[in-house]
Amino acid sequence: MPLLQVSNMSHNFGGLQAVSEYNLNLDPGQITGLIGPNGAGKTTIFNLITGIYRPTVGSVCFDGVELVGKKPNDTAAMGLARTFQEMKLWRHMTVLEHIKMARYSKLTYGLMGAFLDTPKRRREEREATELAMEYLKMFAVHQFAHQLVVNLPYGAQRRVEMARAMVIEPKVLLLDEPTVGMTPDEMMAMIEVVRQAHERFNLAIFLIEHRLKVVHELCQQVQALVFGKVLVEGTPDAVQNHPKVIEAYIGEQEVEF
Amino acid sequence: MDEMTAPAKAGLADRLGAFFKPVPLLGYLLGFLFCVLLEQLAGKGFSELLGLPKMPVLFGVLTIFKVVAGLVNLLIKGDAFAWATLVQIPTALIYLSVIYLIPFCVVARATAKPANAIARYLQGMTLVVAVLVQLGLMYAVLHVWSEVSDYRLITLKLTLVAVLFTLSLNIINGYMGEFSCSHPGFMAIGAYMSSLFTVGLFTNDKVLGDAVVSFSGAYLSFPLALLFGGIMAALGALIIAIPSFKTRGDYLAIISLAFLFIVKSFFENMQALGGSRGISGQPDWATLPVIFITVAFGIWTINNFVTSTLGKALNAVRDDEIAAEAMTVNTRQAKMTAFMFGAFWAGVAGGLLAHVLRYVNPAMFSVQKLAEVLAMVYFGGLNSVYGSIVGAVSISLLGEALRPLEILKWIFIPLLLILVMIYRPTGLIAFKEFDVRQVFGPKEVD
Repeated sequence: MPLLQVSNMSHNFGGLQAVSEYNLNLDPGQITGLIGPNGAGKTTIFNLITGIYRPTVGSVCFDGVELVGKKPNDTAAMGLARTFQEMKLWRHMTVLEHIKMARYSKLTYGLMGAFLDTPKRRREEREATELAMEYLKMFAVHQFAHQLVVNLPYGAQRRVEMARAMVIEPKVLLLDEPTVGMTPDEMMAMIEVVRQAHERFNLAIFLIEHRLKVVHELCQQVQALVFGKVLVEGTPDAVQNHPKVIEAYIGEQEVEF
Repeated sequence: MDEMTAPAKAGLADRLGAFFKPVPLLGYLLGFLFCVLLEQLAGKGFSELLGLPKMPVLFGVLTIFKVVAGLVNLLIKGDAFAWATLVQIPTALIYLSVIYLIPFCVVARATAKPANAIARYLQGMTLVVAVLVQLGLMYAVLHVWSEVSDYRLITLKLTLVAVLFTLSLNIINGYMGEFSCSHPGFMAIGAYMSSLFTVGLFTNDKVLGDAVVSFSGAYLSFPLALLFGGIMAALGALIIAIPSFKTRGDYLAIISLAFLFIVKSFFENMQALGGSRGISGQPDWATLPVIFITVAFGIWTINNFVTSTLGKALNAVRDDEIAAEAMTVNTRQAKMTAFMFGAFWAGVAGGLLAHVLRYVNPAMFSVQKLAEVLAMVYFGGLNSVYGSIVGAVSISLLGEALRPLEILKWIFIPLLLILVMIYRPTGLIAFKEFDVRQVFGPKEVD
């Protein structure tokens, strides 16, 4: 049984069919890509899987547990971490605070521990700091630990966001356009970061990406989404050269207006 | 900062900063202690020597503004003005300089070295000892200062209560970034419920009936009364916390404002609690040490909370709620905690207020109270313990100092607020973490 199994999922926004009859099987350690033109519903699928939206019909099964109806913080705590296309970092918080925040669900000292600064709180906070520093080193952003995240260069912000998702210790990582707006060098570095994380933690990754170079480098399996429907599914090469995909990206050859 | 980067012509502020740079908190406390002792010994004689009508109660500022108020009344209403009182402006300034400013600066700077050594020694023992010793010294200074007159004592008590009240609002408005208008309502609940506890149980009262029990150590139950008031206020906060799961920003601000009006009219119409005349005759249990300890404890727990990861979750919710949820933060729990914890301390502050003034009525918790506390929070600085202390102390003392100007006071203070909002939109000391170790420790200067 796959680690993440989405079956027959559909979602409407009012009258608009944003996603229809979507299926996904993601095995442990597998990297699957999701491509498609703007507005195809890729990010909506992420939001449906993680619980930001509730699917109109269908089921999302993660590690044998039904996720539909669960809140995003619960799905994340179960091991389904994600990043965002527009990063969504907290502008008044330091890099270290970002990483520690993702340990929220693992802290057990409770509110009274927080109010009264108990030894348990001190120990858990210290352990979280140590772990966070490890992850910051892993993603080569430890030199920024005490800086506000808004003051970092773009590529470093992206890596902080990756580190923040990884410190949850996820089984599945959902990456929403991790290389958007990057220079070719930054893009190659990001591919390397994703690959290392994948190898080190035997992570299953589900990746939205516009750049076919990234998809080629990383994915074993690709889905092409158009108007909320999966048009083609297969290896990167097969999908990229499929006439329907080319049509969806470039448009029909004879346009009638 | 080394010589190279320092500007060639340092301004007054820079030079003052450099002058006081090596002084630890302990040094300031010693400086202030010297001033208050000096005033107690020589203040009366010196003010007579200067020809002041009586010893200035608020560092001479009040004396100056009384004269200014006389001049203003002459200009506006044509009231008679005793020109001889003009001389009080320079003499009050002399008093301020000789008794406070000069000795304070000299002693603080001169004792910097030994004060640092003592602070280092204290911190070597444990942080707890260092903090307790310095808080004890701080209390001693305030105690001696407030002994001079009842006016000073009540001003000091109200200022301390304002500090706690402001900081508790900062949890919601600063750390979590929701604009809550319900805070005087929480304070009202705390004030009424703790009064119900003390007046209802221990005193004979027209409204609440005769005392239920009476024993000599009854004042020991005062912490319980404050706790009761705080808990009831926290329960009241659920009414705001639950809508906050779905609503944010302006809409939540309106809901919270509605809550304030509901609470106020509830107490106005509740005849069992004295209606619009309220409850009076609270026992005189809110003494300076009780207030000082309560406020210090409140600041400690709030600071502990906002520096923990559980408390930082409020910042995450404020800066990006969806990201917070995606990073396993239980946003409902965070919001509920912020509202209930803030309301708890507002309720405790209310309990203290009711027992300082020894009466409580619904008119105390009007929109004006809201404006006052919002001014303290935003003036001092959002997301900062320092900010709330500075904001509450400066607005309280400013309000007292400008009291002789009567209605004009409400032109000066808002004007000042507007200026602060233009030049420092988040307040004087915003987004600065209050590090206990650093505050109470020695100042390391190389």
